[in-house]
Amino acid sequence: MSSVLQNLVNQPYRHGFVTDIDADVAPKGLNEDIIRLISHKKGEPEWLLEFRLKAFRHWLTMTEPAWANVKYPKIDFQDIIYYSAPKPKAKLASMDEVDPELLRTFEKLGVPLHEQKALAGVAVDVIFDSVSVTTTYKQRLAEVGIIFCSMSEAVRDHPELVRRYLGSVVPYTDNYYAALNSAVFTDGSFCFIPRGVKCPMELSTYFRINTQESGQFERTLIVAEESAQVSYLEGCTAPKFDTNQLHAAVVELVALDDADIKYSTVQNWYAGDENGVGGIYNFVTKRGLCKGVNSKISWTQVETGSAITWKYPSCVLLGENSIGEFYSVALTNHHQQADTGTKMIHVGRNTRSTIISKGISAGSSNNSYRGLVRIGGKADNARNFSQCDSMLIGDRCGASTFPYIQVHNSSAKVEHEATTSKIGEDQLFYFAQRGIGTEEAVSMIINGFCKDVFTQLPMEFAVEATKLLGLKLEGSVG
Amino acid sequence: MTTKTILEVRDLSASINGVPILKGMDMTINAGEVHAIMGPNGSGKSTFAKVLAGHPAYEVTGGSVLLRGQDLFAMPAEERARAGVFLGFQYPIEVPGVTNSAFLRLAYNTVQGARGRDELDPLEFDDFVQEKLALLEMDPAFLDRSVNEGFSGGEKKRNEILQMAVLEPMLAILDEVDSGLDIDALRIVASGVNRLRTADNAILLVTHYQRLLDHIVPDYVHVMDGGRVLRTGSKDLALELESRGYDWVAKEKAGVAA
Ligand SMILES: Nc1ncnc2c1ncn2[C@@H]1O[C@H](COP(=O)(O)OP(=O)(O)OP(=O)(O)O)[C@@H](O)[C@H]1O
Ligand SMILES: [Mg+2]
Repeated sequence: MSSVLQNLVNQPYRHGFVTDIDADVAPKGLNEDIIRLISHKKGEPEWLLEFRLKAFRHWLTMTEPAWANVKYPKIDFQDIIYYSAPKPKAKLASMDEVDPELLRTFEKLGVPLHEQKALAGVAVDVIFDSVSVTTTYKQRLAEVGIIFCSMSEAVRDHPELVRRYLGSVVPYTDNYYAALNSAVFTDGSFCFIPRGVKCPMELSTYFRINTQESGQFERTLIVAEESAQVSYLEGCTAPKFDTNQLHAAVVELVALDDADIKYSTVQNWYAGDENGVGGIYNFVTKRGLCKGVNSKISWTQVETGSAITWKYPSCVLLGENSIGEFYSVALTNHHQQADTGTKMIHVGRNTRSTIISKGISAGSSNNSYRGLVRIGGKADNARNFSQCDSMLIGDRCGASTFPYIQVHNSSAKVEHEATTSKIGEDQLFYFAQRGIGTEEAVSMIINGFCKDVFTQLPMEFAVEATKLLGLKLEGSVG
Repeated sequence: MTTKTILEVRDLSASINGVPILKGMDMTINAGEVHAIMGPNGSGKSTFAKVLAGHPAYEVTGGSVLLRGQDLFAMPAEERARAGVFLGFQYPIEVPGVTNSAFLRLAYNTVQGARGRDELDPLEFDDFVQEKLALLEMDPAFLDRSVNEGFSGGEKKRNEILQMAVLEPMLAILDEVDSGLDIDALRIVASGVNRLRTADNAILLVTHYQRLLDHIVPDYVHVMDGGRVLRTGSKDLALELESRGYDWVAKEKAGVAA
């Protein structure tokens, strides 16, 4: 049976092709000159260069964190290209002018960039390597006062907003990768929903790493003013390379009074091959600040890719009555390693948080949940509920749960539940005896297992996520 | 010959983890017949049922089984199910997170597809399954619960027969379907099974008790021990076992052999 299961999870990566586009590439390595070059190429204001340099100098004093339950060879940060931009043929005014090679790439990826997308109500900001190529529907969004553009454009067109919020949730001193990102980030998405505005469509960004050995360091910033609402979708794929690539993004969310931000990710970076060669190192810092009263930030993630995932989308619940949520499915296969979870930092009174984490391990992979719930001294009546479930497919994989609970207020209520289950021979036989083959059985069991998370995803994404898990676990059953 | 043979088992032996359990089983089951297998604990009844259904843990080490003339062992478990072999489990498996209705519908549509018949969409299927629920006097609420999760022993057994009713198998192997059922449930389940009987299908009952055979009357009763059929008789054999136990069967067999 284990060979059946092995086949089942041996699904080749379908996004593994390289686009042949002229790239404007900086030399390998990291020093102040490279940072100045990036800043100069992007025509940045002086304050941003200063921000970068401060971050870089701080980063030099830091050491790589080693506490995560993942193993990998030491990263040579001088062996990485920090800037790589596709050379545009000319200034892009409309979709027709986008490099057709690039469009074909997106087509292969299934990124729906064309006008049909309007019907689905999705605005797409596409990040290709480090530079945002095109942003659709900016016009329509602008009509209601929403700014949705690349970080570079935001720096150019809305410098005061960027300056006010950049680094306000994740300071460059926060951690090793956040410092690195702050020094070298090249682009990302910026989204600003003004007071009282409900974003009329779901905003979406697709990331893709193209150049071999180019690290990708995007920086995303979403600000929802008082009573504003937005749902943001992020999807990721990357081509196959034998060497490992580093992805160290920073995402910052700010929710003011009564604002509501929903951030959904389907992450399918290249995971390396079945022997564990190649794949993305995904070391990401994502944090939301519920700054205002009654504000709400909800993270939903479906993590299926990357060789190594190190990621803890977190909420700082500052405003009274604010709500933080984390819904996660993390699937690892072959030699993938994931150490992921969340942090819920309760600062304000009556703050509430919910954590639902579903880890699925197959092959020889290792999947860890790591979560922190901290109830501060002033967080009267704070509540948290955590549910962490693990599912094992086959008997060579591993799952671990590391819940950290720190309560400094006696009125707090914190609940933690955890289960581990296994898709075993008898369960599969039961399905088979009813005519249902192994693949379908596994997919049905997995989807059942992930239901509580999938229902949190926007409809379109839920379908995609279901398919993706199916793909990841599908294979030639013989 | 006018009778249709559904199952033909010849000198079947099988082992698990290298331990031989079945040691030369023989049995012929024709359309329209009900067969009962009785025998002491550990005699190999469930093993026989699981080997027929294709459980991957068992290794067939000898003999042959034909299903309507086809080599049963050439088919993986799911194909056997699609060909009409149904196993009502002695210990039904729980599947958390998967609703009974979704499971039943997928099973139904898969089996229907294999028979070249139309699949049913969720609404059509609901109508269809409501009838089957009524047949077994089951609360429709069971449809929305996870497959067998938290079901009582008797509820699990009834749910197995619900699946049988939905899949309409050609050969239903019911492994101790009566265990755990209360008196009313036994009557309901048995009458459900009886109503599923046709001239074209067959039923193989594994049981320890005559009371099930009072309701579902067998054409043949087989006594198994040590991985073989020691004796085959009519329904009266079951009554005899009820009063005399199993020992004499083995002794008589030994006497004949000696
Ligand atoms: N993995 C195994 N290794 C060794 N022996 C096994 C294994 N699994 C089952 N057996 C043995 O096979 C024999 C037959 O078991 P089986 O479940 O078929 O009996 P049964 O006739 O159905 O009994 P019951 O009436 O108690 O249900 C038993 O002696 C059992 O211990
Ligand atoms: Mg048994």
